[in-house]
Amino acid sequence: MVRFENVGLRYGLGPEILRDLNFQIPAHSFQFLTGPSGAGKTSLLRLLFLSHRPTRGLVNLFGHDISQLGKDEIADLRKRIGIVLQDFRLLDHMTTYENVALPFRVMGRSESSYRKEVIDLLRWVGLGDRMDALPPILSGGEKQRAAIARAVISRPQLLLADEPTGSVDPTLGRRLLRLFIELNKSGTAVIIATHDIALMDQYDARRFVLHQGRLHVYE
Amino acid sequence: MSRTDDRGVLVDLGQERPQLPARARNMSPIVPRASIHGRALVAVVAIMTFLASMTTGAVLLVSASAAEWQSDVASEITIQVRPQSGRDIERDTAAVTEALRAQAGVVEVRPFSKDESGKLLEPWLGTGLSMDDLPVPRMIIARVQPGTVLDLGALRARVTQAAPSASVDDHRAWIERMRSMTNATVLSGIGILALVIVATIISVSFATRGAMAANRPIVEVLHFVGAGDRYIANHFLRHFLRLGLEGGVIGGGVAMLLFGFSESIAGWFSGTPVGDQFAALLGTFSLRPSGYVVLAVQAVLIGAITAVASRQTLFATLNDVD
Repeated sequence: MVRFENVGLRYGLGPEILRDLNFQIPAHSFQFLTGPSGAGKTSLLRLLFLSHRPTRGLVNLFGHDISQLGKDEIADLRKRIGIVLQDFRLLDHMTTYENVALPFRVMGRSESSYRKEVIDLLRWVGLGDRMDALPPILSGGEKQRAAIARAVISRPQLLLADEPTGSVDPTLGRRLLRLFIELNKSGTAVIIATHDIALMDQYDARRFVLHQGRLHVYE
Repeated sequence: MSRTDDRGVLVDLGQERPQLPARARNMSPIVPRASIHGRALVAVVAIMTFLASMTTGAVLLVSASAAEWQSDVASEITIQVRPQSGRDIERDTAAVTEALRAQAGVVEVRPFSKDESGKLLEPWLGTGLSMDDLPVPRMIIARVQPGTVLDLGALRARVTQAAPSASVDDHRAWIERMRSMTNATVLSGIGILALVIVATIISVSFATRGAMAANRPIVEVLHFVGAGDRYIANHFLRHFLRLGLEGGVIGGGVAMLLFGFSESIAGWFSGTPVGDQFAALLGTFSLRPSGYVVLAVQAVLIGAITAVASRQTLFATLNDVD
């Protein structure tokens, strides 16, 4: 599903922060991405999300060489990827419900076709009584769950999560991990970037370790 | 397989909270309506539309009044019969009047009597002066059928045949001066209008850039959830078109009210020297209905220009965000 060959990334004329990345992410797989702060985890996630283009090498996503794709095709591919960012990126002028329903709205689906699904998911992640709340009044954990719900609502084939348990207590962190595991069981390939060793120890999965711009894969 | 079924095996995170009946709906627009940058854009467009409307209105007033003067003046010919020794000025005046009445296209001839001609000189010579001792020329005003082109050469020949001391003035030089003055006024107005429109485009581009910078997180989130540039651009374009039209309606509306109100103000000053001067220069100081239509169209156009200028900035910003 995802294939990187000799991929490198640098910002502007700066040093290469990701070097010679070679790996594959099969469909239905689960992996943790870890490494010290500043190792390039977020940059790698952005490469996977197609918001950065590599400065060298080949990135193949869902069978497409991304260097050959136009902006519209990239936007279409992004609909098959869900992403949870560290800073949540919820829209402050929209309610929790509207934020979670946004991917369906962008797809042009009628609200009646997805309303129940959004409400069910919001209840399931414990935001049933916060559907009409605006993000500024949500707690960090609630924002985190809303961001996760938005990322998974359209059942993406690939889910990228950047420190998804960073703002929640260990108990809720475990529950969110189980959410990702279940998503993976239902067919979504999952990559969780984290430096929380305790979280990784809770589930036996492939580990990608970034160190000094290079990636080491531990099966 | 439903999502609920898929996750039935999990610890349901919602169990710890009471579940309320869902009332949630999509009510919010993709781009928030009220923002400081949005209000700034409306203010910029409103001010620019107001200035453009005032310029256009003033040009319309001047050109309408000038056209009125020109048509009044162009439909008149003035004949001056000077006293000449050995000739009877009364007879010469009568002969010229007859010659004019016989001229095709002349609908009315009005010779000024000796007293009336003397009255024309009162502003310079004062009252109570005996005109008998002065060689006062006689004026004859001929009104021409509007749209008729007179053969002035033939008319001059006929008039001088009737009275060798008579001269014909069709006010052509004055009309030409008036036409050049009006054209210069209209051209200046168009120039100011062009400057206002260019200033509008520049201001709107900057305001759009500011608004887009403020909305950058929204653009990024829309990208994250798979929205293409066209989808994002359409929503922002609609947003900016609405802001532009709002500004256009406010600016154009205030200008129209002001023109409507100026008619009343002119009424209050009528009879005063200032009011009479203005009335002589700008007529009744009121725009015709077609003038208001022009202002309304202009306001909509400026709204549309805002949207187009925003669109250019928008795509540049979207490329930048990507």
